[in-house]
Amino acid sequence: MAPILDIQNLYKNYGSTEILKDINVSIEPGEFLVLVGPSGCGKSTLLNCIAGLEEISGGAIHIAGKDMTDVSPKDRNIAMVFQSYALYPTMTVAKNITFGMKVRGVDQATQDAKLAEVAAQLQIEQLLHRKPGQLSGGQRQRVAMGRALVRDPALFLFDEPLSNLDAKLRVEMRSEIKKLHQRLNASMVYVTHDQIEAMTLATKIVVMKGGVIQQIGTPAEIYNRPANTFVADFMGSPPMNLIPAEARANGAGSVLRIDRDGMEPIELHVPQKGLSGDIIMGVRPEDIAEVGFRAGEAVQTGACLVDMVEPAGADTYVLTRLGGRQVTARLHAETSAQHGEVLDLAFDLEKASFFSPETGARIS
Amino acid sequence: MTDTSFVQPRDRSAGSLALRIALRWGLYSILVLFAIYYLLPFFVMVTTSLKSLDEIRTGSLVALPREVTFDAWKTAWSGACSGIKCEGLRPYFWNSMLMAVPSVMLSTLIGALNGYVFAQWNFRGANLFFAFLLFGCFIPFQVVLLPMAKMLGLMHLSGTIPGLILVHTVYGLGFTTLFFRNYYVTIPHELVRAAKVDGAGFFRIFWSIFLPLSLPIVTVTVIWQFTQIWNDFLFGVSFSQAGSQPVTVALNNIVNSTTGVKEYNVDMAAAIIAALPTLLVYVVAGKYFIRGLTAGSVKG
Repeated sequence: MAPILDIQNLYKNYGSTEILKDINVSIEPGEFLVLVGPSGCGKSTLLNCIAGLEEISGGAIHIAGKDMTDVSPKDRNIAMVFQSYALYPTMTVAKNITFGMKVRGVDQATQDAKLAEVAAQLQIEQLLHRKPGQLSGGQRQRVAMGRALVRDPALFLFDEPLSNLDAKLRVEMRSEIKKLHQRLNASMVYVTHDQIEAMTLATKIVVMKGGVIQQIGTPAEIYNRPANTFVADFMGSPPMNLIPAEARANGAGSVLRIDRDGMEPIELHVPQKGLSGDIIMGVRPEDIAEVGFRAGEAVQTGACLVDMVEPAGADTYVLTRLGGRQVTARLHAETSAQHGEVLDLAFDLEKASFFSPETGARIS
Repeated sequence: MTDTSFVQPRDRSAGSLALRIALRWGLYSILVLFAIYYLLPFFVMVTTSLKSLDEIRTGSLVALPREVTFDAWKTAWSGACSGIKCEGLRPYFWNSMLMAVPSVMLSTLIGALNGYVFAQWNFRGANLFFAFLLFGCFIPFQVVLLPMAKMLGLMHLSGTIPGLILVHTVYGLGFTTLFFRNYYVTIPHELVRAAKVDGAGFFRIFWSIFLPLSLPIVTVTVIWQFTQIWNDFLFGVSFSQAGSQPVTVALNNIVNSTTGVKEYNVDMAAAIIAALPTLLVYVVAGKYFIRGLTAGSVKG
């Protein structure tokens, strides 16, 4: 199948400042693409470029097989949901939703039918005659979605649509968007700075930093095999532990020697071959457990000094120091770990990542 | 029942209460004094306009009329002489209307469009253009009299009401643009973006989204422009001729061209008539004026 969105070698400059550098992304119909990154990484600019609200300085954008690089937003067959919702304040909810159709000269009967359909879908029938000012944040969000849905576009664009909602509503709306995507089987591009939103919603994630794509992949790929230390640190909460170590070859795998303050270095055997010299090992907090809770060939045990114990309900996080860095282990809730004591931790290094300390790039 | 003393704690001493009352009284006395100071001239104007000439000559300036007569008002409206013609203010009043209403409408509409562009459609050199427009607000009108006269001559608009409309529209644009721009910059840019995605163009967005939002600032602009244009004397006296003079110029002529006895009652009545429309605009739309001036200064 042809990609629904295909971005080739896209550049965006403001004057001499490069905002986006050589962006290449494509998604298949029905995919949910999430652009994620810290603020200022260019993700919203990229979305605006896709929408045609920002001109691009180089490259090409194809939507549904057509070259849309120089086409105005209204002819790109897209719909967009904005962070501030951008509802027209003087129009009723019904008028807000039908404004686009009215501008395009769609006949009244079709408008009414579409409005009723979308209103039922989003359960906003009772709000149709209110003005945006009389709605709560969650209701405004629904209306903004309604305005996009009614267009039936080739591509939906979302610009941090949940960031103005409170935490509880955000989780609710997040699963609604996911349900919507599954029901419509629509193609969506979604911008967020929240890595949990990215993980839960996406079928494909683009991690960006400083206008450059760091990694493109499924949530599982991004989570388990981050392309560099930035992605490793940005995705996941708490983030991946990045531990400086010294590696040398040992039989079928390698041995990592990790320095510790005030204790003798710890040595861990890993199955990965060919590691040598200074290296950064990335281990997810859930891959460090109490001894006896993890089994497998790659499980290594090490005694560590517990600096802090943070109960978080379902899990308890235990903080220790390895290689001069703070390391978080995710233990079960009933752990007996006490701060100041030495605890035997099991490191499951099956899925460990290894990065170059100079470039931060993934080695293995 | 709930204990109300919990809601309003009464811990102030009697001494500070007395002081507060004294201060309150002092405040009101000063306010009343100023109100009298400002209202007294108007009071004299109204009473004088209702007196006969004899009574004015014999009575005191601030006394109420012994016998109320509207003769002076009638004369001022339709009989007072300016120069050789004795037709009162009436024709000039309509001249002013014919001049002020289109100029106010035009300058407000164009100002709204300008403000919309400056606030929401960034273009190269926008700041420079805006600076020039602002500069236009501060040019003393005397400076432009001669060039403007030349311009009007070239356009064959000298001494006509359309000429005055043009002048007032052009010189109002600085302020009207400023008003609308400052109002529209408080409206999030995402609104324009959303409308663009919805398929609306430049004028559609202005007409369907921005204008309906603009009632407070339109009111401010209309009051401001109407007052300026109606009260203008300099342009009126410079760019009009016998048939096209606005009411301010006619008022001046009536007051200055009396022969023999000075008819103070007619002068006063004429002055009040000339000021009435602006007064009315303030009374009708005054509360929107305050609201519009402060709109956008506080984020709602």
